[in-house]
Amino acid sequence: MGGVSTPHVLLGLLAGGSRHGYDLKRAHDERLPRARPLAFGQVYATLGRLQRDGLVTAAGQDRAAGPDRTAYALTGQGRATLDEWLSTVEPPMPYVASTLFTKVVVALLVADVDRARSYLTAQRAAHSARLRELTRVKADPAATLSDVVAADFAIAHLDADLRWLRATLDRVADWHREVHP
Amino acid sequence: MTQLQARGVVRAYGPTPALRGVTLDVAEGEIVAVTGPSGCGKSTLLHCLAGILRPDVGEVTWRGHRIDTWSEAARSRLRRTEFGVLFQFGQLVAELTAAENVSLPLLLAGTGRREARTAALTWLERFGVADLADVRPGEMSGGQQQRCATARALVTEPRVLFADEPTGALDTLTGEQVLTQLVRLAREQHTSVVLVTHEPRIAAYADREIVLRDGLVDHTGLGLDVPLAGGAR
Repeated sequence: MGGVSTPHVLLGLLAGGSRHGYDLKRAHDERLPRARPLAFGQVYATLGRLQRDGLVTAAGQDRAAGPDRTAYALTGQGRATLDEWLSTVEPPMPYVASTLFTKVVVALLVADVDRARSYLTAQRAAHSARLRELTRVKADPAATLSDVVAADFAIAHLDADLRWLRATLDRVADWHREVHP
Repeated sequence: MTQLQARGVVRAYGPTPALRGVTLDVAEGEIVAVTGPSGCGKSTLLHCLAGILRPDVGEVTWRGHRIDTWSEAARSRLRRTEFGVLFQFGQLVAELTAAENVSLPLLLAGTGRREARTAALTWLERFGVADLADVRPGEMSGGQQQRCATARALVTEPRVLFADEPTGALDTLTGEQVLTQLVRLAREQHTSVVLVTHEPRIAAYADREIVLRDGLVDHTGLGLDVPLAGGAR
């Protein structure tokens, strides 16, 4: 599964009508509350590429607000691209490409089992702390459903990682023997 | 202030050791998760702390009083008045309605029938199951039963709640709803909670996590007294 596809998110945000770059950034951060906030520069750079590819078009300027206040609208081709992306099923984890996993493999290659174990232990503590932090966000009576759903996504993945970290801690000595027969 | 303490607690079932020297403090109003793989001694520790089991060796003290030397009757009285206990399968009395089940701990503690029912209805309301007051457990879903059981465990406003895999029999969403409400109400009334679970995401509701392994506190992992980033609550 890939990371966040900013071009498609912007296309989606434009599906309801034209918007300025500034509005798009705000709408992005509101709809994806736990995502990395989008930088303005990234919004304008992405809009520039989408315009070049004919997926969005400039739809007038708010002159009073200065040259950066260009509004963008979705084109027919942009709409088709968005629809295609929404109907495409993401390949479920085609590669095991987590830094967590890779780091343990490299630790076993270059160091002894204690090095791998101490990394796993420290990572487990960091994951647990983050899991608690997100659980507090979610359990807050003031949390919106957007907050809860976003926190749940992260919690489910941290939970899976924690299970893997725990199981790997149990197996790391055997694994080391397999790597260094 | 420390509510509950275990000091070097050892407990075996026949020749099989379950706890091999566990030391643990639970502060007033603190929520402590006890985690670890199956058979690590989590439930045995909870039973020792709650005065259900006596340790073979070691001490359990509650607010400075050593309770492991108390008689069964005295420990039972303590459980009725100061402790609440919640198990994986609510263990409601099948013949009683939800309101009667929740009233039960109060009636056993000598509260009048009418007052007990009023309190029971309040607690059922807090768990969103007031409409089931006159329904028997057999006619409820698992989630509804566990909400009633949680209300029953908290109705006496205990100082300590012992919860053994309280969401183990529920689907993820229902389990989290029950636990969120349990934690919120426990915090409101400064009830300490000892939460036994093998699930990281359930342990994440606690202020602190103690990992047990083979009957001992696991110091090698995030184990002992892992503080929370950014404060407990």
